[in-house]
Amino acid sequence: MTTEAIQTDLTEETEARSRPSAWSRLSQNLSARIGGGLLLLIALIGLFASFLTTLDPTEINPSNRLKSPGHEASIRDDEGKKHKVTAHMGTDSLGRDIYSRVVYGSRISLVVGIAVALISVLAGTLIGLVAGYFRWVDAIVMRIMDGLMAIPAILLAISLVSLSGASLFAVIFAISIPEIPRVVRLVRSIVLTIREEPYVEAAISVGTPTPKILWRHVLPNTISPLIVQGTFICGSAILLEAILSFLGVGIPPETPTWGNIMAEGRDFFQIHPHAIFFPAIFLSLTVLAINMLGDGMRDTLDPRMDRNI
Amino acid sequence: MAKISKSENSENVLEINDLTVRLPKGADRENAIMDVSITIGRGEIVCIVGESGSGKSVTAQTVMGLNPPDQLSPTAGSVHLNDESILGVSQDRLRQLRGERMAMIFQEPMTALNPVMTVGDQIEEMLEIHTTFSASERREKVLEVMEDVNLPDPKKMADSYPHQLSGGQRQRIMIAIALALEPGLLIADEPTTALDVTTQAQILDLIKDIQVRHGTAVMFITHDFGVVAEIADRVVVMRNGRVVEQGTVDHVLSKSKEPYTRMLISSVPSLTPPKREPIIKGDPILQTRALDKIYGSLGLFGKGRVVHAASQVELEVRRGETLGVVGESGSGKSTVARCIVRLVDPNGGEILIDGNNIAGLSQKGIRSFRKDVQIVFQDPYRSLNPRRTVGQSIVEGPMNFNVGKVEALERARELMRVVGLSPDALDRFPHQFSGGQRQRICIARALAMEPEILIADEAVSALDVSVQAQVLELLDQVRKDFDLAVLFITHDLRVAAQICDRIMVMKLGEVVEQGPTASVYADPQHEYTKLLLDAAPGRDVDFSGAASI
Repeated sequence: MTTEAIQTDLTEETEARSRPSAWSRLSQNLSARIGGGLLLLIALIGLFASFLTTLDPTEINPSNRLKSPGHEASIRDDEGKKHKVTAHMGTDSLGRDIYSRVVYGSRISLVVGIAVALISVLAGTLIGLVAGYFRWVDAIVMRIMDGLMAIPAILLAISLVSLSGASLFAVIFAISIPEIPRVVRLVRSIVLTIREEPYVEAAISVGTPTPKILWRHVLPNTISPLIVQGTFICGSAILLEAILSFLGVGIPPETPTWGNIMAEGRDFFQIHPHAIFFPAIFLSLTVLAINMLGDGMRDTLDPRMDRNI
Repeated sequence: MAKISKSENSENVLEINDLTVRLPKGADRENAIMDVSITIGRGEIVCIVGESGSGKSVTAQTVMGLNPPDQLSPTAGSVHLNDESILGVSQDRLRQLRGERMAMIFQEPMTALNPVMTVGDQIEEMLEIHTTFSASERREKVLEVMEDVNLPDPKKMADSYPHQLSGGQRQRIMIAIALALEPGLLIADEPTTALDVTTQAQILDLIKDIQVRHGTAVMFITHDFGVVAEIADRVVVMRNGRVVEQGTVDHVLSKSKEPYTRMLISSVPSLTPPKREPIIKGDPILQTRALDKIYGSLGLFGKGRVVHAASQVELEVRRGETLGVVGESGSGKSTVARCIVRLVDPNGGEILIDGNNIAGLSQKGIRSFRKDVQIVFQDPYRSLNPRRTVGQSIVEGPMNFNVGKVEALERARELMRVVGLSPDALDRFPHQFSGGQRQRICIARALAMEPEILIADEAVSALDVSVQAQVLELLDQVRKDFDLAVLFITHDLRVAAQICDRIMVMKLGEVVEQGPTASVYADPQHEYTKLLLDAAPGRDVDFSGAASI
C-alpha cells in the first residue's frame, strides 16, 4: 500500500466510525431526562428557598401548633406590622411552618447527597487504584473493605456520628465511610482488567512511571462507571441522612431536614399525617429522580452496558 | 461467472443466487454482501476466502438464518437448501432445518460450547430436540458420532466438561454436534483459525474424511490460502461483499487472472526461506542464559499447580539480526519475550543486554534499560490507548526520558514517515486507523525510544494476509535502517521463514532446536520441528509461483 492509499482509507474510516457523543445519547434517554428534570427542579427549590418561603423555618409559634394544611394565621413582623400568612402544609407541634421546613430541608438533603458522593468517590478511587495496581496493598486493603461491608451501613453511620457528635459534617463523614468500599471494589475491578491491556504494558515498556500510568492510562477508564455509581451513592446517602435524622442521631433537630420533620411528626402521625406526608413525598421524589438519572447514565455511559460493543 | 438455475442441477445442496444483504445505516458501505451467487454440490468442499470485511461470514450466517433481522436483512436474491427456499421461512422451520439439514461450526470451540454441561449431554441435546429416539438410543448415537470424529474413549469423554478437553478435542465435539443428525450441509466458519498448526492439520483431515464418508457438502470459510490448498474442491474469492471470482482450486490457486486473487496469493509467505546474508560480526546485544519462568505457586499446602513456562532458555541476537522464536500455544515463546522486556519477572537465569544482566534488577533499576528493548504486541486494537491521540502515544516514551515535547513531536513526525503514514495523522485517535496502520503506529512508538532490540510478539498474526506482507516488509526495513536486533515471535512458520535469519523452536517451555532458518527448514533435526513443518497447511503448494504469471 502506498502512502496515498493509506491516506485515503484513513479518511474513509474517520467518517465511518464517528458516533454520537455521550452527551447527546444521554439527552435522548427518557429515564435520564425525567430524572434530570425532576432533580433540577428540586435543586432550584433548594437554591431559591428564601424566595419561595415567607417564614423562618426555625421560628417557633406556640399559638399555631399542629394546624392543618392551608391554615391561615396572622403574625407580627419585626416592625410590629401584622401579616396574614398561609401554612400550605400545616404546622408542627412547635408551630413551625412545615412548608418552609420542607423547602429549606431540600438544601440539606442535596448537600449531604452530593458531598457524600464526592467524598466517597474520591477516596474510593484513590484506594481502589492503589489496591488494584499493587498486589501487596490489595491483600490488606480489600480485607479492611470486606470488614467494612460486613457492618450494616446504618449501624456504622450511627456509631460514627456518636463518636464525633451530631453535626452536618459528622453526618456527611459518617455516611461516606460505609459507601467507600463499594467504590473501591468497582475501581479495583476496572484497574485489574485495564492493567492487563497491551497499551498499559506498552507504557510500562517505554518507561512511564507508575503514578503516570495510573493517571493517564488507567484512571480515564473508571470515569464513566464512577459517574454512574456516584449518582446511586448520592441517592442512597440522601435516604441514609433522612433515616439518621428520623432516628434522632443525625443533624440536630432544630435544623430543617426531611428526616427531622418526619421525626418531629411521628408522635402525632395519626391525627396530623401531613407532617410526615409532605417531606416523605419530597424525599421519595428526590431519590427516584437521582436513581432514574443514574439508570439513564448507566445505559448511555457505561460501556459494559453498551450492546453494540 | 455463470449462474446455474435451479432446474439444471438438482444435485446442488446449497444454491445462493444474487444474494444481497443490506448493512444497517451508518456503516462504511451500503451492503454487507452484493450479488453473491454460490452453489455447493453434494460431497463438495467449497472454500470462501477473503480478508476481514469481505462478507464471507455474513454469507454463511444468512444461509443459517443467524443474522439479526433488523440489522442485516437480505434485500435481493435467493437461497435454496435442497431446492427449498430458506429466505423468509418461519423461525420454526429454520430451527428444524438447522441441525437436520444444515449445521455450523465456529472458530472458537471454547465459547461455542456450554461450559456447565458435559459434552455428551450437548451432543445428546441435539438428538433430543430433533428426534424421537429413546434415552438409550440417544446415548448410543452420541457414542457413535463421537467415534465418528475420532475422539478417543468416547464413553469416558462423553462425561467430560469442555474445559477438560484440548482445543482440538473441543472442535471435534463441535463437529460431532453438527454432524449428529447427518445434515447435508456443513458450514465451517474459520474452524481451525484458533487452533495450533498440528491440531489444525488433524481437524482438516477429519473434515475431509467426513465429507468423503457421508457425502456432506461443506462451506468452508477461511482467510488462509494454505488451508484452501489443503481442503478445497472449489474456491470462492470475496472482497468487500462481492464475489471476485470462483473456480476449481487448481484454477484459482495457479491460473487465476484476477489481479486481486493474485495479489492475495502472492502475499502468502512462502515456506522456503529466501537467501539471507548470515550475521556473524560483533557480540550479541541480547543474550539469555538458563532463563527460567515458573507460573503459579506451590500454594499454602504445597499442592498448587506449577507451569514451567520457560526453562533453561538460551538465546542470543546480534545487531542487524532477526531471531525467530516459533512454537505452538503454551510453548513459552511469549513468556520469553515478556521476561526480556521485564513485563514479568524471571525466576532464574540471566538476561544480558549489551553485557548487563537485567534479570534481577528492581523496577527502578530496570528503568534505564527500558530504552534499549521495545516490544510490538499482537492485538493492534488493544495496543494503543483509545483515549489518547497516536501522537501522544508515540511521544510518551521519549518524554519519560526528558526529551522536550517539541523535539519528541518532531521525531514522531519523522517516524510516521518511516512507517509509511502521514505525519499529519498524529492528532488522530487509534479508532480512526485500520489494524495494519495501528501496527505501524506501534512500530513507530517502539522506534521513538531509539531501541537496540525490537521484540515483535506475534506482531503480524492478527492482520490480513496482504497487510501482513506490508508490515513484515516494514519490520525488515527498520531492522536494516536502524541496525536493530529483532526477536520475532510467531506461531506461523511461513512468516518466520520470510523474515528470520535464525530460528529457535520451542515446545512446552524448552528450546528443542535452534539454527539458521534455511537449514532448519530444509533439514529439521528435532522430531517436533519435523511435525510442525509437516503440519503447515498447503506446504506442497508454491504460492509465489502462482503470482508471477
